[in-house]
Parts: sequence; C-alpha cells; structure tokens
Amino acid sequence: MQIYLPIAETSVNAFTLLGVGGGVGVLSGMFGVGGGFLITPLLFFIGVPPAVAVATGVNQVVASSISGVLAHLKRKTVDLRMGTVLLIGGLIGSVIGIWFFNLMSRLGQIDLIVQLSYVIFLGIIGGLMLQESLRALLRSRNPAAGRRKLHVHTWVHNLPFKMKFRTSGLYISVFPPLLVGMGVGILAAIMGVGGGFILVPAMIYLLGMPTKVVIGTSLFQVTFVAAFTTMMHAITNQSVDVMLAIFLILGGVIGAQVGTRIGLKLRAEQLRILLALLVLAVCGKIAFDLLWTPSEFFVLTVPGRP
Amino acid sequence: MMRAVVVLLLLLAAFPLRAEEVIAGLSQNRVSLTVNFEGSDILIYGAVRREGALPEGSDLDVIVTVEGPPQPAVIWRKARRFGIWVNTDAQEVRAAPSFYAVATTRPLRDILSAEADLTHRISTRLAIFEARGTADRADPAAFTEALIRIRERAGLYQSRDSTIDLERDTLFSTRILLPKNIVEGTYSARIFLLRDGDVIDEYETFIDVRKAVLERWLTNLAYEQPFLYGLLALALAVFFGWGASALFRFMRS
Repeated sequence: MQIYLPIAETSVNAFTLLGVGGGVGVLSGMFGVGGGFLITPLLFFIGVPPAVAVATGVNQVVASSISGVLAHLKRKTVDLRMGTVLLIGGLIGSVIGIWFFNLMSRLGQIDLIVQLSYVIFLGIIGGLMLQESLRALLRSRNPAAGRRKLHVHTWVHNLPFKMKFRTSGLYISVFPPLLVGMGVGILAAIMGVGGGFILVPAMIYLLGMPTKVVIGTSLFQVTFVAAFTTMMHAITNQSVDVMLAIFLILGGVIGAQVGTRIGLKLRAEQLRILLALLVLAVCGKIAFDLLWTPSEFFVLTVPGRP
Repeated sequence: MMRAVVVLLLLLAAFPLRAEEVIAGLSQNRVSLTVNFEGSDILIYGAVRREGALPEGSDLDVIVTVEGPPQPAVIWRKARRFGIWVNTDAQEVRAAPSFYAVATTRPLRDILSAEADLTHRISTRLAIFEARGTADRADPAAFTEALIRIRERAGLYQSRDSTIDLERDTLFSTRILLPKNIVEGTYSARIFLLRDGDVIDEYETFIDVRKAVLERWLTNLAYEQPFLYGLLALALAVFFGWGASALFRFMRS
C-alpha cells in the first residue's frame, strides 16, 4: 500500500515506513536508545528527501521520548535545575543549527552536511559501543579486571559561575552543561536526532552526574529541544511531514513495546555488539555513497521545496 | 464589405490549413493526489476532421504533449574534493516543466521540423527555459541534459516516440502515465497535427492535478500557517507517543 506524503510530495510504501519505525522502535526498546540516529538515515535510504527526513525525524523524537520523560518526572529522577540549564543551551544550539541548516540548503550543500555528520557521529558511536561491549564481554569472563572510578574531578570543575545542582549533588560552573546542551541542540537541528547518545555520556563522564538522574534529565532536555527544533523546521523551511511522522510514530511505539520485552529476556552484552555493528553498517553505507564515484554527476534541487 | 469577403475567401484558398482539424478528449480532466495515490494513467484520444478528400503525397502525424506546471530549478554538478563527492558548481534554470511527456506517431525527428519545434516548443529540450547569463559557461548544455536525464529516470520526463496509434489517418489514442511523484497544478495537454514537418492544427486542453482534501489542507497549513502546523505536528507526536504507551500500560494491567 502506497502512502502519499504531502510535504515530501511523493509516495512511499506504508509497510516500509511502519517497518522502519517499528524496527527502530524494537531497538530503542531493547537498548533504551532514542533511535533518531537510525530513523533519519533509513529514511534517506527509502528515498525521503534529506531535509524532510531530518525535520520529521526530530518530530518523531518528541513522540518516542514524551512518555519516558513523564514517567521519570513522576519518579522524581529528573534534575530539573540541570535539565533547565541544558535546555537553555539546547535552544541556543537549535537556533544555530537551524540557521546553519537553512544556509546550507540555500548553498545546495545540506545533503552533504547531513551525510557527513552522520558518518562522523555514527562512526564514533558505533566504534565506542563496539569497544565498550567487547571490553564488557571480556570483563565478564575475567572478573579480576579493575573497575572504573565513579567520580573524577576534571578541569570542568574548576570553571567560574558555579551553580548548585542539588538533585545531582554537584557544584559546578554553568558553562559545561550550557555547552553540552548547545552541542545537542545543534545536532538535533542538523541531524534530526534527539542527541541522547552524546548527552548521556557527556553527563556521566564530563559533568559527573549520578547515573540515577542521567536518563530522566537527558530525556527532559531532549524532549523539549526536539519539540522546539520541530517548530523551527516547520516555520523556517516547511519540511516537517506529519503524514510521514504518524507512520513512523505508530511503528515506533509498537516496536518499542516489543523491544522492551525482548530486552528483558535476552543478554544485553551480545545484543549491544549487534547494535554497534548495525550503527557501523549504516555509517559505512553513507560513507560509501560519499566516497564511491556516483553513477550520476548531477543533482537537481527545486528552490523552496524540501 | 465585398472586398473583405473576397480577401477572406482568398485566404481560405491560400491556406489549406483548416482542411484537417483535430478534435481530442481525455479520459479524465482531474487527478486527485489522495493518500494512496500511486500514479495515474491518462488516456488521450481524438479524431481528425476532414472537409475534403484525404490529401495525397504526405503523411499525417500526431504529437501529444502533456506539461506540468513550470518551476525554477538548480542543477548541481558533483566533483571529488578531499576524497568525497561534493556539489561544486551549479546552473540555474528559469523554468522547467515539473512534468513533460511527448508522445508521437513516428520518431519525433522525422515528423517535426526544427522551425516548427521552435515555434511550438514541442521537444523536451525546448520546453526548458535556461536562465540568462549561463552562456559564458563552457558546457551549459551538460546541465540541461542532466536535468532531462534525472527527470526521465524519475518518470517525470517521458519521450514516447511512436506510441500513438493512428488508425486510417483519422482516429488516434495514446496513454500517458502521471507518476506518483508529480506536483499539483494545472497540466496542459497539447495535441498537434502534422504534415511535412509542419503543424497544421493544434488543440489544447487541461488536466487539473490537485491534492485531496486532507493532503491539501496539510500543505496549505504547512506553507501558510507554519506555526499552527508545527503545533499540530507536536500535538500528534505527544498524542501518539504518550497515548500509545498509556494504552499499552492499561492493556498490561
């Protein structure tokens, strides 16, 4: 069954869309990742224009993280103060990202920028995940290996404008969280992702936040930044396709439920290796498209259309 | 008065143009881009009306063109920079039809003279209007050819030589496929009657391609009320995202 996408102005198979949404939903349920970093490139592969894929992907992030953030707020596992600082940074970053996105669209380079960002970030994340899960696998076989220290003081803790974050038990400068939030906002606008994959490690290793508030606080920031970025894309370049979003969201919500149950039954470590390999495979495919001599040396853009 | 009638009669005698006239129709004048739109097949049919006997010594041919609303376009050329393929130089096109199909009874080059093509802008190449100031480029044609090639691959430009059936020099019909990726607007269908490379009669009719009610409403909202559209997108995301997980929780308990 074909579905006509009014903004992308083309038809896509409805089951392909549900499959993309559902498949990524299963992964996000299994691993607790948002999955935006997989949805957007998969949309490129099925022929959705990159601008529409990015703007709609970020809309989908809102749907996939909203119920999580509500649950965490109820359980009081959100550091609202830290969340707000990260969010302010995120909104600034989103504005910068949207400006850059629209500038690159006008210059005809947005596809390249989006693809390059994906190659870099998927490569880094996939590589780190693979390394981490291989190491965890080795550690589980060899329990004598040392453990990581929980709280480390770094240069981050010596900057001015310190602020107290009681929930996280931190007294640090506002600049690191502002900058981290900003980076995430830029990525959300350019790549159509939530940015949890950058935010969570940054909160743990850079800011030194306790793990019990990390997920809730990052979801809090991601949800609002994604919502704001969706609005910005809708207003400045009209490339959010709600028809596309609905199918991705429906597939994603169902997939996430399935994924959560699978995740409870299977061993996480081996699965994590698979996820890492999948991320690297997507990265490789995009990199291949950039490096391989194309069969067509020309591309066509229609001004004012995504 | 008398003189005017004489002139008119002389003119009629001098131009046997109207000796043959084309009358045509379409299987549909409206195409609706509904949610499950997969493309639309349009049947174009017609007849040649003739006052006198069938002229001897030349062949009668028919050309049908269907043209979608024109749009500006930018064609980018890729080159390798630092190992990756990057859009390096561009050429603008003032107006290129978003859809263009040419169907003929025999190969276009055999039945249409270059002058007639220039006058009526029938071949795909002439339907595209290049922007001024591109003449200084070394190879402006490469860009326009690329535009045609890319759109031909997407099914948006179609060269359908020898696909019109012309029966007993009178009845003809052809099918044009409007693919799933067409844009909305008014499409014009032109039917030309040709003899000796020249157009002897022409008929034009229109196809109205419109998004269906919901799709149209969404597009209008997106372009005219982008703020409301953004809010709608967010509301849907919150509703489906939160609603569905609430539903699953309810089902489990």
